[in-house]
Amino acid sequence: MDMSVDFAGLKLKNPILTASGTFGFGLEFKRFGDLESLGGIVVKGLSLKPREGNPMPRIAETPCGMLNAIGIQNPGVEVFLKKKLPKLPWKTLPVLANLYATDATEFGELAGVLSGEEGVAALEVNVSCPNVKEGGIAFGQDPNQITKVAEAVKKNAGNKPVIIKLSPNVTDITVCAKAAEDGGADGLSLINTLSGMAVDIERRTPRLANVIGGLSGPAVKPVALRCVYQAVNAVSIPVMGLGGITTAEDAAEFLLVGAKAVQIGTGNFISPDTAFKVAEELPNVLERIKADSLDEFIGSLKLPL
Amino acid sequence: MGANNCRAVKVIDIKALGLSSPGEEIVELKLEYPDWKPGWRAGQFVMIRPLSWPLDLVWGRPFSICNADDSSLTILFQVVGRGTERLMELKEGDKVNVWGPLGTFFSKPADRPVLMLAGGMGLAPFCGYVDTHSQPENLKLFFAHRPPLENYPYKNLSEKVEVEDIRETKPEDIQSIIARVEELVKEYAEKDGLVTACGPMPFLRTVWNAAKKYGADAELSLENRMACGVGACLGCVAKDDEGHHTQVCTTGPVFKATELSLEG
Repeated sequence: MDMSVDFAGLKLKNPILTASGTFGFGLEFKRFGDLESLGGIVVKGLSLKPREGNPMPRIAETPCGMLNAIGIQNPGVEVFLKKKLPKLPWKTLPVLANLYATDATEFGELAGVLSGEEGVAALEVNVSCPNVKEGGIAFGQDPNQITKVAEAVKKNAGNKPVIIKLSPNVTDITVCAKAAEDGGADGLSLINTLSGMAVDIERRTPRLANVIGGLSGPAVKPVALRCVYQAVNAVSIPVMGLGGITTAEDAAEFLLVGAKAVQIGTGNFISPDTAFKVAEELPNVLERIKADSLDEFIGSLKLPL
Repeated sequence: MGANNCRAVKVIDIKALGLSSPGEEIVELKLEYPDWKPGWRAGQFVMIRPLSWPLDLVWGRPFSICNADDSSLTILFQVVGRGTERLMELKEGDKVNVWGPLGTFFSKPADRPVLMLAGGMGLAPFCGYVDTHSQPENLKLFFAHRPPLENYPYKNLSEKVEVEDIRETKPEDIQSIIARVEELVKEYAEKDGLVTACGPMPFLRTVWNAAKKYGADAELSLENRMACGVGACLGCVAKDDEGHHTQVCTTGPVFKATELSLEG
């Protein structure tokens, strides 16, 4: 079965990508599979300047999921472009940069730095990180800010597709989806993590130094699926679905509700070859459930009359 | 397809060591060798996650390679939480996903004395270190522990290298451990030996401080909670000598003492 898909002008050999913050810069996973067998990779969130991130502890395992409060630790966009990107097979593997900034102007500046880079296939804009004090989720919950950021990035992105990554921590995801579309976004990705918390009753302390973190993993999948379903039906730009995908069947669920592509996130931690296995298995799953083609299957959810 | 260093292997044997009592269960888990090429080095670690685990537990668990040969890979663990509790339920023949070998390792300088400082479960990497070192006569082990010696694979080590131990049974014993660690680090600094250490953070901090004080050449193996073990999740960072966050899983787990800042 032909697994290729066109996502906002981005040619993907299959609809399986890896989610930002869960796959490093891709190079970390070369030992566990063929990177080029993936539809694409979204690298760790990048900021203009290096960031140390939050104090430890930063992660906690929770039932069927995990909380993280890393705080966008990253070496800065320049180090990524000079030291990481050249080592990736970007000619045959779409590499999507994930952008983090604290205001629309800075987002625009960062997009400008990346727009001229041949090795960067598209820009995914993080307006939804729950773990940083400025930027991130502050934008993600305000439709006006989402539009402003989308406009600023789009203006400086050259010919790179701009994908806005949305937060589920909102009253109505469709409002945010439309706000991104209004700002000129070429596509959406959702969901980022759900704001959450875990505590230790013996020590009487939070399990994360940041107190609050982002929940991800299989626990969030139903929420993610609902958000993707609603967003798909609210906008005309393509949507990339993510949240708790660990198998090809999970990936198929997101495609069924209308996602044109999906990302594997926390699944990469369950086993470092999860994304490779999902990419390999998806055609078999689609054949098993008698889908005629990937294109036919995407968004073919039958609703009760 | 590229190489896949994540493999499902079978449990060969699992047994509790010594007279295990609650809170002191130390378990030796022997797995089929994952056929690593080009092999492994003492100090490196693996992530393991039984295939039977439900999604309730999303992470694998990191363990030092205790020992390995052509047919088996051995790790040691102490039951401390919901992951290790479930690992104890493994039976012969069960399949376990293993990814590794991961991270950095202890060096093996020729013709130099090596001091191995182990605290509790920090004994694990030294089992493999001793067995793969070409000059065991140059090695000395100091072991600080709470559960009795028979709960650890200690006897085997004591037959191969010079050993010394202090068991902590009361709070005052900690002072004796600190004093002895300092003495030994000073001695090895003076004779241009290598100090290696693995154990809980307070133990490593003692070694780190002593190494700094006496200018000893020291390598410390850190532990931390990890989600991925391969450098992606950034959940296991430590502070380097410049105060920057660095991943324990990929920049470590074995660091030169001078590359770290363990203050606090």
